[in-house]
Amino acid sequence: MAKDTFAVPELTPYIEVPKIQPGAMAHSAPFKAKEEFQTPLGYPGERVEDWQKKAIAKMGELLGKYRSLRVYLDACVKCGACTDKCHYFLGTGDPKNMPVGRQDLMRKVYRRYFTLAGKLFPKLVGAVDLTEEVLNDWYSYYHQCSQCRRCSVFCPYGIDTAEISMAAREIMDSIGVGQKYCNEIIGKVYKVGNNLGLPGPALRDTLQGIEEDVYESTGVRVRYPIDEVGAEILLVTPSADFFAEPHIDGLIGYGKVFHEAGVSWTLSSYASEAANFGMFIGSYENMRRIALRIREAAIQLKVKRIIFGECGHAWRVAYSFLNTLAGPWDFLDPRYPVPQHICEFTYDLIQQGKLKFDKSENDDKVITFHDSCNVARASRMGDMPGGQFEIPRAIIRATCNHFYDMDEETIRDRTFCCGGGGGLLTDDLMELRVKGAKPRMDALNNVMQEKGVTHMVAICAICKTQFSKVMPYYGMEMDQVLSLHQLVSNAIVLTRRTDDEEMQDDLDDAD
Amino acid sequence: MAFLTNFYAFLFYFAAFVLLAGLTRKIIQYAITPAPLKIPTTPAPTTRWGVVLRMVREVVLFESLFRGNKWTWIFGWTFHFGLFLVTLRHLRYFIEPVPYVIQLIQPFGIYGGIAMVIGLAGLWSRRFLVDRIRYISAYSDHLMLALLLGIGCTGLLMKFFFHVDVVEIKTFFQGLYRYEIQPLPADPLLMLHLLLVAVLMIIFPFSKLLHAPGLFFSPTRNQVDNPREQRHIASWAKKLEH
Repeated sequence: MAKDTFAVPELTPYIEVPKIQPGAMAHSAPFKAKEEFQTPLGYPGERVEDWQKKAIAKMGELLGKYRSLRVYLDACVKCGACTDKCHYFLGTGDPKNMPVGRQDLMRKVYRRYFTLAGKLFPKLVGAVDLTEEVLNDWYSYYHQCSQCRRCSVFCPYGIDTAEISMAAREIMDSIGVGQKYCNEIIGKVYKVGNNLGLPGPALRDTLQGIEEDVYESTGVRVRYPIDEVGAEILLVTPSADFFAEPHIDGLIGYGKVFHEAGVSWTLSSYASEAANFGMFIGSYENMRRIALRIREAAIQLKVKRIIFGECGHAWRVAYSFLNTLAGPWDFLDPRYPVPQHICEFTYDLIQQGKLKFDKSENDDKVITFHDSCNVARASRMGDMPGGQFEIPRAIIRATCNHFYDMDEETIRDRTFCCGGGGGLLTDDLMELRVKGAKPRMDALNNVMQEKGVTHMVAICAICKTQFSKVMPYYGMEMDQVLSLHQLVSNAIVLTRRTDDEEMQDDLDDAD
Repeated sequence: MAFLTNFYAFLFYFAAFVLLAGLTRKIIQYAITPAPLKIPTTPAPTTRWGVVLRMVREVVLFESLFRGNKWTWIFGWTFHFGLFLVTLRHLRYFIEPVPYVIQLIQPFGIYGGIAMVIGLAGLWSRRFLVDRIRYISAYSDHLMLALLLGIGCTGLLMKFFFHVDVVEIKTFFQGLYRYEIQPLPADPLLMLHLLLVAVLMIIFPFSKLLHAPGLFFSPTRNQVDNPREQRHIASWAKKLEH
């Protein structure tokens, strides 16, 4: 690990609210997007001449388009209920990382230009002009929000800082001040089809490798098809699932579940990405453009159902927005919700008794579960509110003998973000990511001490990557984070079919 | 005296107009601004009735705040519920004949007044004692509490120590309905009390008091969690589809 210039916070046995330290994270800002990453998204390549006027005009436009922004900028009474809820505040003590502190960066500009009180008495109501200094604060602190919505749970008016962060990023993009990480990635989706920029042949290679590995270890021929026209199910999964541990073990698990279900399925090289970074930058247009790729792939491949792999923000866009952005889905099988989560699919099969597990395969682990923020607070699974908490836990219980939850105040809808969500999963924000992970690391460390937990399961590509990276800072191992379908993959008892034998014979003959 | 009476009569016409017109303008603005995406904070109700229930819990019990911070909840709820009782008690000045229910709650209105002042004092003390809340407080946040506390204290003083002629007050306000200006008792406490109330009415539509109508328009609270079942699309977003 490279030497870092910041101090890693010490873990504590419960959530400690720090004293405020103004300016503690003022130096944190991600790399700015150069022209090559701005223009493919329809944004100016560099900061425009009359940026102040343009930014205020854009803010006015968004106020007319988003009721959330309009109401939330007016409604805050500064009650303080949110002030100790953000993981970035708890990890850094910077008051501009308190949700209300972050909102106020935009609210004080809103008041100055859009309210009578702020026009007449700016000092009295804390209204300010949009200056260079304010813009710098925006760029810094609106990139210290992972849009996890924990603040919105506790706000008496449901004010969601994510809505304000998204609007701020959209305003900044529109004047040519964009973030490199997000915008470069969106460009890759347009050009190649996924965030990691993995081209079709590389995907096919990987999947073929997986097929061989699974056959070698199980003796069962599980298929991992891509671009197969006429398959019943289109699986859309984060591209990290093709690429790295522990993500890829999850993908292996999905394939085994489909195999046992006896359904035909396929991935798409055109829509080889579940995540939709258009949401992070608050851009409806870009979010829609990315979502439409899934529609096009579904039409081309003539599938009947769409299922999403493990990914948090992706599931938010899929569950909550896909119908809006790329619907209606009247050409798909109406018996199933569009889209479905892989956990819903696996859970249904478990309920129907169609999957057999040997739980002892996971006996070397004691598991806890991390509720991914956008699954927990911005989506649902199954028919009942809260299914997003119960269904993954039910799958864990069906596949493992040892499972313990973390402290109630840090799970379900009060879960903490991993610290890397919302477009912050980049090395140029490492200090923020490490510090922002502290509340989750505290809770994890506690169950490790008290219950002997060895592994934490997540259902989000960002969570998995972030934890693998930051856990070593806290003295833990990077492989202590697992995919949920990795547990499924370990424990599932695969049914041998006749062609499995034949293939074995073929292999034997070849020897 | 005639000058004062005239001044207050004009003031309350003006304040009532600003309050009504300002609030109407904001409510229309909130209502016509689309919410293009489904963003309820989940777990959220999956039916309209479930949402009504969720809103009732928010409006009556401050459910989210209860989960967020117990001290702020205790003081905030005490203040608001007290204010609610006080408002009911004051209806006797504005309705003739006074409905039976309003007659019944008169004594509770007094307790409400006390509760309101205690709640406000608690909320204000947090603005000084808790470093995080001190940091987020602007002058206007302090002044708002001062204003409400001023209204509450002058009211209680008139109730318990310096009585005023309530019949004359009622005559004054009843007269305003008919554009007849009846004399207002020239009592300094009453003058102050009414002045502060008028100020509150005037700043309501321009201040954070908009949290009251705002709550009803908050998409994270008032949306039904059914995006897969029903396609939700805003008019401006629909245009992108052509």
